[in-house]
Amino acid sequence: MELKYEVSGGDFTKAGYASSAVKKVLKKLSVDPKIIKRIVVALYEGEVNVVAHAYKGTISVDISPERIFIRIEDEGPGIPDIDLAMTVGYSTASPAVREMGFGAGMGLPNMKKNADELNVSSKVGQGTTVELITNLN
Amino acid sequence: MSNEQFYHALKVDEETCFGCTHCMNACPTQAVRIKDGVAVIQSEKCVDCGACLRVCPVDAIYIEQDDFEQIFKYNIRVAVLPSVFIGQFSRQHTAEEIIDVVKGLGFTHVVPGEAVVDVINEEMLAEYKTDREKPLISSFCPAIVSLIQLRFPALAQNIIPLKHPAEATALYYKQLLLESGTSADQIGMFYVTPCAAKISALRSTDKETVVDGIINMNFLYNKVYHVLNSKSEPNRNSEVVLPYYTPKVMEWSLTQGESKHMEGRCLAIDEIHNVISFLERVENEEVMNVDFLELRACDQSCAGGALMSENRFLTVERVHTRANRIQKSGLKVEEVKQNHLEYVREHLKIGEVEPRQTMALDQDMGKALKKMERVRSMMCFLPGVDCGVCGAPNCQSLAEDIVMKKAHLSDCGFLQRMMEKTKKLDPDHSIRIMEKIWGKDRLDKDCKKKGAKYEGL
Repeated sequence: MELKYEVSGGDFTKAGYASSAVKKVLKKLSVDPKIIKRIVVALYEGEVNVVAHAYKGTISVDISPERIFIRIEDEGPGIPDIDLAMTVGYSTASPAVREMGFGAGMGLPNMKKNADELNVSSKVGQGTTVELITNLN
Repeated sequence: MSNEQFYHALKVDEETCFGCTHCMNACPTQAVRIKDGVAVIQSEKCVDCGACLRVCPVDAIYIEQDDFEQIFKYNIRVAVLPSVFIGQFSRQHTAEEIIDVVKGLGFTHVVPGEAVVDVINEEMLAEYKTDREKPLISSFCPAIVSLIQLRFPALAQNIIPLKHPAEATALYYKQLLLESGTSADQIGMFYVTPCAAKISALRSTDKETVVDGIINMNFLYNKVYHVLNSKSEPNRNSEVVLPYYTPKVMEWSLTQGESKHMEGRCLAIDEIHNVISFLERVENEEVMNVDFLELRACDQSCAGGALMSENRFLTVERVHTRANRIQKSGLKVEEVKQNHLEYVREHLKIGEVEPRQTMALDQDMGKALKKMERVRSMMCFLPGVDCGVCGAPNCQSLAEDIVMKKAHLSDCGFLQRMMEKTKKLDPDHSIRIMEKIWGKDRLDKDCKKKGAKYEGL
């Protein structure tokens, strides 16, 4: 089953919409609450990344009894050095974003921590794609 | 995860209910459906918050209670009385006077329902220092505990597993009486409840309780109010300080009653919809670094309980005023003795709160996924206006009921029109479907219904 959500850049009030919607679905599918929590936390970080850095993005979630595959694609500035972006505490967030309590440099590291597999690819000036895989068995 | 039947104190009086859907739309867990013209509360989804009872225009939803006369089966009759009870009376009546009236109705002893909160508070603070996941969530409000078990299963482990203050107080007071030489079979402990949730919590089969019976607070309020107001002489005695009634005891069940006695970053949230939207964020880890959550299902916490008679804001103000007066008097309030606090402490812990996976469409994920896909395809056809004509609160609930084999697509009023147009449904058949949901004769003219020409005649 596939779910799709649009995310618009800059609108922090809407960040969390997709993660809450996915959470609702996973609860109905009797996925273990602990696994739901990891997925939702990782996805929320992903949503915030799009809102904080990109112009717009799409989230697609593919659910099967074996695994949950999430792809977050955005149109945005891209990440020049992915290894650096994966470093805890490293952040390129604007002062305005930090002011709102985001941009602590925990986004990607926290996503990695909460997923079984994390793939990040990016083209500077075009955008970033993040894939999150959570195995259910 | 447990699958036992749950006891609920909220009942529908089928004679009075006329299927107006107010409760169905108000239920925060979508637990109400309309069948045969009356509201049906789905037991596995109900958290006993009482939202349905509040909105019912004809008082068809009621809270079951034990017969008051049963108290006389016991020689020693103890009322475990929450402090908000006293808060319902204006300051011209002293707490002593109110309690004397309660005793006059048949109780031999009255003890505030929060008498042992000091030891509960200590245990909660001790939990703060353990590695239990933060935010810690109080187990005070049973409707919130059920809500978390049902809707926020991942947060069940955050709940501090302690007995409710009323249960702990009853335990203490019974012990006190036993020590004074009273035999156990002579003692009857009666809890006066401000809400349905506490009844269900006490009646749940998986919990042991020392409470022998439950009295609804509005029942007792009416009796006490009547006596107080028929007295010719108002009580002129100045307020004396009663045992146990410390400001903390009095204010514990109000909003911030617990949170202001906890450590770290503490939040107090009341009213079930506020709690739900906050817990959504906690679950997503959008809210970080909070140490303790005091969550109450009712607006203004227990002062707003479904069985409270007086206005909740007045009750809150009066409880605070009485508490302040005790504080300012500087008089020493007689409290629970240390050895008894230790006795309560030993019995305070309950088992970890376990999640209840009743939200799921199927326990098997593969099957649940198939059902979810069917729900999503049906949502393509359902109108999405959430009109309730099918007897479910919204299109999503109807679609889920259908995959659970509890409803049919033809229950939808909009789809019936389309099916009639394409000759897939006979108009007589759709009338029969409507009558099954809304009751026979529901489609007939009735000038006595609410708002109609001869209403009430």
